[in-house]
Amino acid sequence: MNQYIGQDIEIIDVGMHYEGSPKAALNNINVHIKAGEFFSFLGPSGCGKTTLLRLIAGFLDPTEGQIRIGEKDMCRIGPNKRPTAMIFQNLALFTLMTVSENIAFGLEMRGVSLDKRRKKAEELLELVNLPGVGNKKVSDLSGGQMQRVAIARGLAVEPSVLLLDEPLSALDLKLRQHMRTELRQIQKRTGVTFIYITHDQGEALTMSDRIGVMSADGRIEQIATADNLYNKPNTAFVADFVGANNSFMATVKTANNGHAVVETSFGFLTGINPQQLSSGQQAIAFVRPEVISVLEESKSEENTIKCRVKNISFEGAFVTIFLDVDGKEAFIMRRHNDGTSLFPEIDSEIDVCFGTHNTRLLADGACFHA
Amino acid sequence: MRKLRQDAIRQFGTFGILLILGTVGFWVICMILLPQLIMIDYSFRPFLPLREIGGPEDNYTLKNYMVLFTNEFHRIIFIKTIWASVIVTVTALFVCYPISFYLAKVAKGARFSLILVGLIIPYWINELLRIFAWQLILSDAGVLNQFLLTINIIADPINFRAGNGAVIMGMVYAYILFMVFPLYNAMESLDRNQIDAAHDLGASWPRIHWHIVIPHAKPGIAVGCIMTFMLAAGSIAAPQLLGSPSSFWFTQIIYTNFETANWNQGAAYSMVLAGLCLIFIFSMMKIFKVNLRAIAK
Amino acid sequence: MISSRVVLKLAIGSYLVLFFVYLFLPLVFMSVVAFNTSTIPQVTPWEGFTFNWFRVLFADSQMWDALINSFIVAFFVVIISVPIGLAASLLLTRLQFKARNSFYAILVSPLLMPGIIIGISTFLFWDKAFHLSGGLWTAIMAQSTFISGYCMLLIMARAQRFNKTQEDAAFDLGATHRQVFLKITLPFLKPALITAAALAFMQSFENYNSTLFAIGFEQTLPIYIGSKLRSFISPAMNALACIFILITITGAVVYEVMRRREAIKR
Ligand SMILES: Nc1ncnc2c1ncn2[C@@H]1O[C@H](COP(=O)(O)OP(=O)(O)OP(=O)(O)O)[C@@H](O)[C@H]1O
Ligand SMILES: [Mg+2]
Repeated sequence: MNQYIGQDIEIIDVGMHYEGSPKAALNNINVHIKAGEFFSFLGPSGCGKTTLLRLIAGFLDPTEGQIRIGEKDMCRIGPNKRPTAMIFQNLALFTLMTVSENIAFGLEMRGVSLDKRRKKAEELLELVNLPGVGNKKVSDLSGGQMQRVAIARGLAVEPSVLLLDEPLSALDLKLRQHMRTELRQIQKRTGVTFIYITHDQGEALTMSDRIGVMSADGRIEQIATADNLYNKPNTAFVADFVGANNSFMATVKTANNGHAVVETSFGFLTGINPQQLSSGQQAIAFVRPEVISVLEESKSEENTIKCRVKNISFEGAFVTIFLDVDGKEAFIMRRHNDGTSLFPEIDSEIDVCFGTHNTRLLADGACFHA
Repeated sequence: MRKLRQDAIRQFGTFGILLILGTVGFWVICMILLPQLIMIDYSFRPFLPLREIGGPEDNYTLKNYMVLFTNEFHRIIFIKTIWASVIVTVTALFVCYPISFYLAKVAKGARFSLILVGLIIPYWINELLRIFAWQLILSDAGVLNQFLLTINIIADPINFRAGNGAVIMGMVYAYILFMVFPLYNAMESLDRNQIDAAHDLGASWPRIHWHIVIPHAKPGIAVGCIMTFMLAAGSIAAPQLLGSPSSFWFTQIIYTNFETANWNQGAAYSMVLAGLCLIFIFSMMKIFKVNLRAIAK
Repeated sequence: MISSRVVLKLAIGSYLVLFFVYLFLPLVFMSVVAFNTSTIPQVTPWEGFTFNWFRVLFADSQMWDALINSFIVAFFVVIISVPIGLAASLLLTRLQFKARNSFYAILVSPLLMPGIIIGISTFLFWDKAFHLSGGLWTAIMAQSTFISGYCMLLIMARAQRFNKTQEDAAFDLGATHRQVFLKITLPFLKPALITAAALAFMQSFENYNSTLFAIGFEQTLPIYIGSKLRSFISPAMNALACIFILITITGAVVYEVMRRREAIKR
């Protein structure tokens, strides 16, 4: 499978403004995607993900900035001349052709002989775990099979970059999870650069080498690996959008050395200050539900909150405890159920605590509210 | 504009868009617009002997149009053509409404296909022959007269073709399909549940039609009426075959103009006819509150 | 007591019967006359059964000339109208431009104008612009003017249902515009193109109004029929009508049988 050569993609200061629309769909996008990387763009619906992908594929030209693939400026190069292949949101399989004809289409366009095309189509069907369906009609395939055919069709032209636009969104949950592993394997096996677009954070977090989170106004909020994105969000939007998070409105009191102390309605919290907020600024303190625990003995580097248990919801492996402070500031904590722990009673007053290193203080920007 | 050009080239390629523009351009310019303009030009020029064309006499004039007002015979025929065409249209509407509704909302399966085929077959037979069939029925020695004579209702054959009746009959018969299909198309999209619901709420059939079916079928009614009126007003076969000298049609005057090589007069009257159809189209659009897009479906 | 339901059913039934009697009885009379020996086309008095009128019809060389002309004209009308309709439907469905609605109005205007106006204006145009007097060519042009409009509407109905991302995908896989058109767009539109061609052919074959003014001294079949019916009426025309009816019914039956076969196959 060494016929594939992944290439770097540089997206430099790219902006896109559709003619006649009141605001830009994309603003100031800067990403360097490395050859052979599985890169995901994650963002809410309508944030411009498809637009970005179509810019890379060449269906649109950016109104600002530049896109380079393998060092080469792609300006004014049509989609049929770029080393990319796109998997469309609706797959866009050619309904009037057989599976083989679909897969071999790109080769046919390049004048490859019928024999070679057949062979290649079979090879690719093996690669996507779908041997022997070559002569079927596209409409006779199941959703997951169509998915694989679309990927095989894209790979047939030996692209440097495969662009995938929410390819799993039409599948049912089980298949979706199965295809995640499969996609990742195909990417590993071929070494093609994958650019994957999704609004489903589970997909992005499980498959990608790196993820670019986009905000609703078409900006990149943060580019990071999955664990960094989850554990070290750099903006309020990311903290809110990726995973469940508790948020407390606060004002910065003192700041030093990457840490800061903020004042909330129920007292002071200490936390990490990645954005270098200075005293007096509005901030939001983010604390993940799973880092909160019931206070047993107080430690100095921990924040504590005195609160009341509102409700407890048992979810099997986890238990979610709903808390609030004097009827305000509702938040949740989530405990692992190891079978022996005792959980507090409803309406009891408890003290909870969490590490200062698990408290992230971020500027009160545009939040994502699902 | 720049955007449009880029868009077009992106969609079809430079060669492709040129080919498309060339083809459509030929149609629009050489087949639709220029012929109309030339006809308008003709209509405003006087009818002159060949050698004087382009000479000092060949100035723009309203003379050809004025004939419609000065020539009483032409005026009467023009007005007759209008009302007779309206009668054809209204009659066709009444004849076709029930069958269209039946076809769209009642008939199912084999009966549906049978009715459909039954409607289409006569339509495939030449318009002239369809009209000719009525000549066989309505002429002095025709089927109808023979029948009436045999059962002793009349003593002498009636000359059915004397007035406009025969022409109108023939036209209704010939253009029925152009009324049925627009009506059918419009009614087809009506949700059967709406009718059932109204029925369930105790509405009588006339009320259901007046309040539910007809409002829904408006675009279809408009299209059917426009097509039928246009065909009737512009028909030349029916008056030629079924008419008598006393039932001259406006199109026949135009035809005579061309026979006598008075193209200018013919062009002017053609413009009048076109204007008449336009006015009818716009009034239908106003009355039924539909737009052009709904019409040309 | 008869319930109102029965009354309604009876009313509908008798309306249907009446409607189809109205539709078909004239055609029956017309066919019957074709076999009556009488030299005047009439049903009664019945003077005896004959095939003679078919012989008269087939012996008429004018009829054959007109028939051949009709085929020539229809052939060219198809060749001209279908591509025009295709091009126009692509233009209207794929490109967004401000004047789209007015442009559309111009394109459908020939459908809403009486045929004789199209015939006359086409005749005048070719005469004035190219000193080409009426003949088969002007008839072809006149008919194509409005038949292209029908083709456009038909093709557009299908083109609107086309999922454009299939074209994008083909393009993305390296196809040129020409390849995309030939491999993706055209196959999708094929059924509509075939229907459009058939419709164009039939429309052309039976057109009288536009052709009458545009064709000069030549004759297509409808023009021939018109001139015969206006001058010397002979039952040979009934024989011709009879043949038309026979072809139509055969066509309808064949179509229906094929449709049922298709339905069973599914
Ligand atoms: N052709 C267009 N013309 C004008 N505006 C457009 C066009 N296509 C998209 N937009 C706008 O640009 C923004 C981004 O659209 P895009 O399709 O890229 O979003 P997306 O992130 O892919 O959304 P989804 O998750 O729903 O697929 C939207 O506000 C959309 O309305
Ligand atoms: Mg999208």
